[in-house]
Amino acid sequence: MSTVEPVDVAGGTAVTVNRESCCGAGQCALAAPAVFTQSEEDGLVVLLDPNPPADLREAVRRAQSHCPTRSITVR
Amino acid sequence: MEDMTPNPEISGHSARLEHSPHPEVAEPPGNSPRSGIPEPSGRSPRPEPAGPSGNPDHPGRFADSASSPGPGSSADSGLFEVPIRRTCPFDPPPGLAGLRAAEPVTRRVMPLDGTELWLVTSHDLVRRMLADPRWSSSVDGGLSPEQPLHMAEPEPGMFISMDAPEHARYRRMLTAHFTVQRMNRLRPRIEQIVAERLDAMERLPRPVDLVAEFALPIPSLVICELLGMPYEDRAEFQEAARTVVDMTTPPEQADAALARLGAHLAKLIAAKREEPDDALIGELIREGVLTDGELVHISILLLLAGHETTANMLGLGTLLLLHHPDQLALVREGAPGAADELLRYLSIVDLVIFRGAKEDLTLGGQEIEAGQFGLASLAAANRDPALCEDPDRLDVTRPKTAHVALGFGPHQCLGQNLARLELEIAFQALLRRFPGLRAAVPLEEVRVRENAAIHGLHSLPVTW
Ligand code: HEM
Ligand code: SF4
Repeated sequence: MSTVEPVDVAGGTAVTVNRESCCGAGQCALAAPAVFTQSEEDGLVVLLDPNPPADLREAVRRAQSHCPTRSITVR
Repeated sequence: MEDMTPNPEISGHSARLEHSPHPEVAEPPGNSPRSGIPEPSGRSPRPEPAGPSGNPDHPGRFADSASSPGPGSSADSGLFEVPIRRTCPFDPPPGLAGLRAAEPVTRRVMPLDGTELWLVTSHDLVRRMLADPRWSSSVDGGLSPEQPLHMAEPEPGMFISMDAPEHARYRRMLTAHFTVQRMNRLRPRIEQIVAERLDAMERLPRPVDLVAEFALPIPSLVICELLGMPYEDRAEFQEAARTVVDMTTPPEQADAALARLGAHLAKLIAAKREEPDDALIGELIREGVLTDGELVHISILLLLAGHETTANMLGLGTLLLLHHPDQLALVREGAPGAADELLRYLSIVDLVIFRGAKEDLTLGGQEIEAGQFGLASLAAANRDPALCEDPDRLDVTRPKTAHVALGFGPHQCLGQNLARLELEIAFQALLRRFPGLRAAVPLEEVRVRENAAIHGLHSLPVTW
């Protein structure tokens, strides 16, 4: 399973990524480097923090909206 | 060696990449962008009626056309044309803004080849189209009457024209080599390449042509670096690359240059098979999956997709900054979002992103039939008021927008992290080296590449 499941934290931000659809454009790593990076191995998204703090919510939303393959979900 | 001559098919197909130069589309002589292009028979396309409403950034200078006259008028008089001609080198063609507001998915005829297609102009719908796997990238032609838009099977390795799952196979192999981290390792080499070009400019009598001396050589030297081309072969490789990407090269010469390029690459690949290094080709060879033919096509794709685009961004971007001294100062100081804002604002790749519908679908309320074609206007999408505030204003300090200058969906530019790095390094170094940089001719005399697949300048004489 290539999808990292987030822990559902009440009221917090829960992020998931889909490595199947990711094309490795790296928009997420540019928008929210504390939450996303690109694997050195295959260049695809790696989720660093599935439950980022509230002050990163804006950046995570931006990453989600910039992702060209809609591989990021935010709850 | 004889057997290193690449597959002759290279010369045909790869020269027709959507986002590559099309020698056949050299500017027609005369002032009219349509002179010399026969009108499609059976229809009589005509230009959009023009109306007032200007770009707030260039008050009074450029007129924007009114919206489409509505579906009724196309029945008797043929379809209206896609407005392809920029009246200002920095702005989308007049007419697109009106279409975006009135009918963001609209039936039009492409004036270059006479094909009827769906023109998509809003940010939301362009993104939807480019992310939708029902739209195929296996299309070719579209930029000249000899080569009307059609569905076509690409050569092995030409993944820009492939769909899933073949596209994903290649893209997966390459993605790891183009990450932000990986590209940052090229930084010192790019800085050195840029510094050497600036040194060379300083030695020349002024005015100096910024396009020939700076904008064109930098991206091709960077691609040599990326591929691992030996120094002694670079001059010849660059000469061939330049001939291929030059829009004014006659088709036979362009094909010959493309064959020379292929021969160079075949030689490079043979050498790396003997002794693989850490540059891209060496690493791909070590991974051991791709054939020589695929490696040649991938290298040509990288060259065609990464050379002219970056070169035109450097040339046209410099001219734009010279017209906005406040923004120029911010770029010189290192504004971090400058590359993306310049990409968004100029949208140099526009009206060449073609797709073919694989099945019936609906987009923006229009019923699209399988087999019909679509065309995304990245420039119109990037000036959509829904994308950002005041989209017609250049503001290198704005937060990064979800612009589509690098495409969207699974084909979004593979080289984007390299492109950002090159633009950031090159603009800053240029503006720091020559604080008094200025155009040596008035704007009206700068030679703009009208009607080109990728917007830019033929030349830009500068002094300092
Ligand atoms: C600086 C400006 C650049 C611009 C504006 C640009 C623009 C684009 C666009 C719009 C696409 C999408 C094409 C489509 O959807 O059909 C694309 C794809 C591509 N670009 Fe770029 N590009 C630039 C630089 C580069 C560089 C430096 C490289 C490589 C060294 C590169 C390599 C590619 C490749 C290989 C593709 C095909 C990706 C795929 O099909 O998966 N580009 N580019
Ligand atoms: S932005 Fe989307 S496609 Fe690009 S690396 Fe991140 S998750 Fe993958």
